[in-house]
Amino acid sequence: MAEICSLADAIARNLNDGETVAMEGFTHLIPFAAAHEVIRQGRKRLRLVRMTPDLIYDQLIGMGVADRLVFSWGGNPGVGSLHRFRDAVENGWPNPLAIEEHSHAAMANAYEAGAANLPFAVLRGYQGVDLQNVNPNIRSVSCPFTGETLAAVPAIRPDVTIIHAQRADRIGNVLIEGIVGVQKQAVLAAKRSIVTVEEVVNELDAPSFNSVILPSWTISAIAIVPGGAYPSYAQGYYRRANGFYKSWDRIARDRVTFTRWMQGNVLEQGPEAFLGHRFDVVEALP
Amino acid sequence: MTTRVLDTISPDEMMTIAAARALKDDDVCFVGIGAPSAACNLARLTHAPNITLIYESGTIGTRPNVLPLSIGDSELCETALTTVSVPEMFRYWLQGGRVTVGFLGGAQIDRFANLNTTVIGPYGEPKVRLPGGGGAPEIASNSREVFITMTMSPRTFVERLPFVTSFGHGKGKGSREALGLTTKGPTKIVTDLCVLEPDPDTRELAVVSLHPGVTREVVQTQCGWPLRFSSELMQTPGPTDVELGTLRALQERTRRAHGAGT
Repeated sequence: MAEICSLADAIARNLNDGETVAMEGFTHLIPFAAAHEVIRQGRKRLRLVRMTPDLIYDQLIGMGVADRLVFSWGGNPGVGSLHRFRDAVENGWPNPLAIEEHSHAAMANAYEAGAANLPFAVLRGYQGVDLQNVNPNIRSVSCPFTGETLAAVPAIRPDVTIIHAQRADRIGNVLIEGIVGVQKQAVLAAKRSIVTVEEVVNELDAPSFNSVILPSWTISAIAIVPGGAYPSYAQGYYRRANGFYKSWDRIARDRVTFTRWMQGNVLEQGPEAFLGHRFDVVEALP
Repeated sequence: MTTRVLDTISPDEMMTIAAARALKDDDVCFVGIGAPSAACNLARLTHAPNITLIYESGTIGTRPNVLPLSIGDSELCETALTTVSVPEMFRYWLQGGRVTVGFLGGAQIDRFANLNTTVIGPYGEPKVRLPGGGGAPEIASNSREVFITMTMSPRTFVERLPFVTSFGHGKGKGSREALGLTTKGPTKIVTDLCVLEPDPDTRELAVVSLHPGVTREVVQTQCGWPLRFSSELMQTPGPTDVELGTLRALQERTRRAHGAGT
């Protein structure tokens, strides 16, 4: 059963140094508040997994909490580079970052294999491309029925998956709607899971019988953090802060500017700061 | 059909309009972010109102009023016929063979329409680390055909790619077949200067159409290999009032929606 607790307790009790952690959310519902708490608690040597590192892992990597990254697309969507990710890969700042790189199709399949308790995922992909020459975890299998050669990648089995969701009920059942990404697969593939939510309600009021719901007993801890996905978004609550994604390019380009921004906006803040972010974006709606 | 505003049209606008024209009303199009997204939505807002646009975030049949900044903006989900999970998107819809056109951009392309979006310099010691493949490697192999749109320059149209992120026609005719690929691969490349298509015999890209006001010489100076030109070289028709007006209104709505980024 999920424990409903503070974000600080949820991270402290469920994520240890050196563990493999997936913070998922495909553009939508990215768990920024939880990542900031991970930074504040000074986690080290994390092995990060995420399809699109996005600003959330740019921040974690730039603050030196990670020594390994599994990913499939490392840019600032529609804007350009992730400068902290690039600085780590190109220059080893603030520390060297080992990378394991895949395609989206392979990572999505690998999460699904993890959730399904399979050792690897199989897909029709990677034909003729160079990624398989630089990533030894991209291999192949022959179909036992037709002999066709297919790509194989290991299942993703995080120690901890962290996601943000719209809401939970008081028992700790969690509802996600909109662009649902790989969150269900990532939670079910993990040993432990932490969910931040916009609110806890008496009744989930799922919009359909087939809504994406994670039962309370699949989740370790839930923390209520309104606005916790900012500057990404929570469908039905607030929109993506596209202006901030553009601003990040300037903030993250320079090591000093980045470090100062993280000091003022992450290290000296708490999860409650995200509540204000949420209202900023709501009021900015046209 | 060309208009008095032809003099003021930018090369980027001509690229988007020419790219949009490549799409058909009954296409199911997997949309890459950036230039492809503008072209695909322009097609939907002009000659292809029934086109199905799919973004890798899982949105199927989306009809955004403004161009999304990311592939997962809420606008895409709110205006979609349905939204599926990312594993389902790549497994059932792309790998399942439902996509008629994959529309890609790229950082670099070679003469056989292979694409690099991964790295400049050696992979282990990158000079410039680019975002990587994302959905592109499997969009390129599993879509029935692939259109590519990108700006032409000697740095983007290169003799030799440092890294093949997405497979086009490999080293020429027979390369796709040798890998067991049954899809067509890249069939049309739309740039800011011209349209290129693979030669049926060699699969090497050849210029088939020059945009208005563009010469063979200009195109060659922006390409890193000696270009081939089709024996039936055409001129791309200039934009219509509807095409240019629709594109500019779309871009203006988009600018207002996304904010400046202070």
